[in-house]
Amino acid sequence: MTLHPTTPDFKDNAHRALHDPDLQKALGHVQHGFIYKRQSAVERLPEFETLREAARDLKNHVLANLDLYLETYERNVVAAGGKVHFARNSAEACETIVNICKAHGAKSVTKGKSMVSEEIGLNAAIEAAGMQAVETDLGEYIIQLRGETPSHIIAPAVHLTKEQVEGDFRRVHTHLESARDLSEPVQLLTEARGVLREKFLAADVGVTGANFLIAETGTSIIVTNEGNGDLTQSLPKVHIVIASIEKVVPTLEDASLLMRLLARSATGQDMSVYTTLSTGPRRDNDPDGPDHYHVVLVDNGRSAMLGTEFEDMLRCIRCGACMNHCPVYHAIGGHAYGWVYPGPMGAVLTPSLIGVDKGGNLPNASTFCGRCESVCPVKIPLPKLMRHWREREFERHLTPSVQRFGLKIWAFFAKNPGLYSFATRTAMRALSWLGRDKGRFASLPLASGWTDYRDLPAPQGDTFQAQWRKRQQEQSR
Amino acid sequence: MSARDEIFSNIRRSLGVTGQEATRRSAVAQRLEQTPRGPIPARGQGSAAARLATFISEATRVSATVVVLDTAQAVPDEIARFLREAHLPLTLKRGEDARLADLNWHNAGLDVSTGRSDGSDLNAVSHAFGGVAETGSLILLSGADNPVTLTFLPDNHFVVLSAADLSGDLESVLTKLRRNGALPRTVNIVTGPSRSADIEQTLLLGAHGPRRLHIMVTLN
Repeated sequence: MTLHPTTPDFKDNAHRALHDPDLQKALGHVQHGFIYKRQSAVERLPEFETLREAARDLKNHVLANLDLYLETYERNVVAAGGKVHFARNSAEACETIVNICKAHGAKSVTKGKSMVSEEIGLNAAIEAAGMQAVETDLGEYIIQLRGETPSHIIAPAVHLTKEQVEGDFRRVHTHLESARDLSEPVQLLTEARGVLREKFLAADVGVTGANFLIAETGTSIIVTNEGNGDLTQSLPKVHIVIASIEKVVPTLEDASLLMRLLARSATGQDMSVYTTLSTGPRRDNDPDGPDHYHVVLVDNGRSAMLGTEFEDMLRCIRCGACMNHCPVYHAIGGHAYGWVYPGPMGAVLTPSLIGVDKGGNLPNASTFCGRCESVCPVKIPLPKLMRHWREREFERHLTPSVQRFGLKIWAFFAKNPGLYSFATRTAMRALSWLGRDKGRFASLPLASGWTDYRDLPAPQGDTFQAQWRKRQQEQSR
Repeated sequence: MSARDEIFSNIRRSLGVTGQEATRRSAVAQRLEQTPRGPIPARGQGSAAARLATFISEATRVSATVVVLDTAQAVPDEIARFLREAHLPLTLKRGEDARLADLNWHNAGLDVSTGRSDGSDLNAVSHAFGGVAETGSLILLSGADNPVTLTFLPDNHFVVLSAADLSGDLESVLTKLRRNGALPRTVNIVTGPSRSADIEQTLLLGAHGPRRLHIMVTLN
C-alpha cells in the first residue's frame, strides 16, 4: 500500500512546479522564514557545533549496535505493559495497525503527524478497512482535505496560500455559517481547532509517530507545537506508535542531546512546545490515558542500508533543515520530488527505499552547493551520498545515452590534461569575446536547459586552472 | 521466519555481527548503565537566582507569562487576579496533588472542581514536577495528581513550580525522574502555550492546546 511514487516523472513535475504561481508565492515563506529562524537560534547557543558532533557520534554508536538497542527497547516496552509489533514492509505495517483498530471495534482513528505513516500509506489502509482516519496536525489536516501528500516533512502545507486553505475550509466545513470571515490565518486556525476538538473526543484509536524511542525505558517521544499529538494519544482507549527501526536511542540523556538540535534545526525554536515521553498504557490510578499501548516498528528497507555507504542517512532526525536551505527545493517545492521525502534527505533516502531505477532522478537534481550538509544537525554528508547514487545509476546504465555520451567526451579530455587545458582555454576566451558587450548570454546552442530560465554569465577570459596558477605564483612571491 | 526474526537477522547480516559479541554487548550495557550526558549548554547554569532569572526570560520569550510568589498560599489569589483581568469566569479544574489540595481556593472566590478534563473546562491548574532554566520548560507528570488532560484541553493553563524544583538543564530533571523509579505514563515537557505556523508560516498561539500558559514560581 506504499504511496505510489511519481519520482520517475521528476523533470515534468519540476517544470509544472516552476510555472505554478500559487506554489511560487507560498515557497517564498520557506526561503525567508526557516533560514533566518534557524540561524538566530544557532547564534544563541555557542555549544551548537559541539552538540552536532556529539549527536553524530551517538547516532553512529546506535546504528553499529542497532540489534542490541532494539532488543532492549522491546523488552522495556513489554515491561511497561505495552506491545511491540515488527513489520518488514508497508503492507505488514498497515495490516498490523488495521488489525489492532478492528480488534477494538474502532470507527474513528485520529493521527498525529508521522512521516513513516505517509511512507506506508496508512490513511488509505485505514479507510479501505471502513474506518475514518483523521489527521490532526493543522498542516496535515489541510492537505488531507485536499487529497494531497505533505510537501515538507515538518511543514506539510507549506506549498499552500491562506486563500487556498480558506477555499478548502468553505468546501468541507459546510455545517458552519457560509458568511463567516476567514480572511485571516487566525480565523482559519480557530475554525480547525473547533472542528478537530470534536474529532479528538470521538476517536477510538490514536496513532502517533515517534521522534525518538528510548531503549532504557521503553519510551516513545513525540514533539509538537500544537498539542495535537497529545490529544491524539491521551483521549482514545488505544494508542498506537508507529516508528522506523532507526529511531531508537540508548537513554533519556541521549534523547535530550538530540532534542537540543531538533527544534533549532527545524523551526529555530529552542524546544518545541510539547515534548512528550510516553511509556506504556495508563496506570491503575490514572484518571486519563489509553488502556492499550502498541508500538509498530517498521523496517521497509532500512536494515539493508546498514553497512553500506548509505548508512549515514540513517542518522537523520527529520528536522527538514536540508530542504529549508536547498536552492532546488526553494525553486520547485516538495511535491515535484514525487514521493514522501523531498529535498536533499529525500534525494538520498528515496532511491534507497523505492530503488534507484525509480528514484534516480532526485540525486541528479542538485548543484552540490553543500548548504544541506553544512546545516545538518547530525552531519550527514548529503552531497557525497547523492554522488554515490549517481555512480550507482551510471554503473547500472540507467543514465540517459546523451548524458553518457557527454560524460565520455568530458572523460576523454580530462584524461589528457594538455588537451583539456587547451580546449577549456580556447572555449573560455571565445565565450568571453562573444559576451563582451552584455557580460551574459540569453541563449546558447546546446545550453537551452540553462538559458531558458536564466542568463549564463560570460566567462571573465581565463580558466579556473589558469587563475589558480597565477594566484599561487603571486602568493609565493 | 517471523517479521521480527527476519528484521533482526537482516540488521545483523548488514552489520556483519551475530549479536553475541561480548565487546558490543558490554559497550551497550555500559551506556545503559552509566547514562552519560552530552554537552550541557552553559546558558541554564549558575546560582539559584541566576537560574530563576534565565527561566523567566526564556519562558517569557516563548509567550508564557511568569510571576514569582513568596509562598504557595498566594496561588489562588494570583489565579483569580489573572482570570478577572482577562474577563474570564472564576472556574478552575485541578487534580489530587496535595500541594494544590491544601490551598484555600474558596477564599479567592474560585469555583474549583477536581479530576480529569472532558474538554468542557476553560481553566485548569497543575503542579509541575520540575522546570528547566535553559529553555523555560515545565516538566509535568501524568496521573491522578495532575491529570494529563488538564495540560491540553483547557484554554488557560496555570502551572505552579516550586523554585526548589527548578534545574538548569533537562538532564538534571531526568536524573531526578530516574531516582523516582518507573516513569509515569507520560512525562510532558511544556515550553510555552500551544501554537502553529502551518498557514503561510504565520505563528499563531492556541492551536489545539491552551491559548495561555501562566506560570507561578513559588519561593517557599
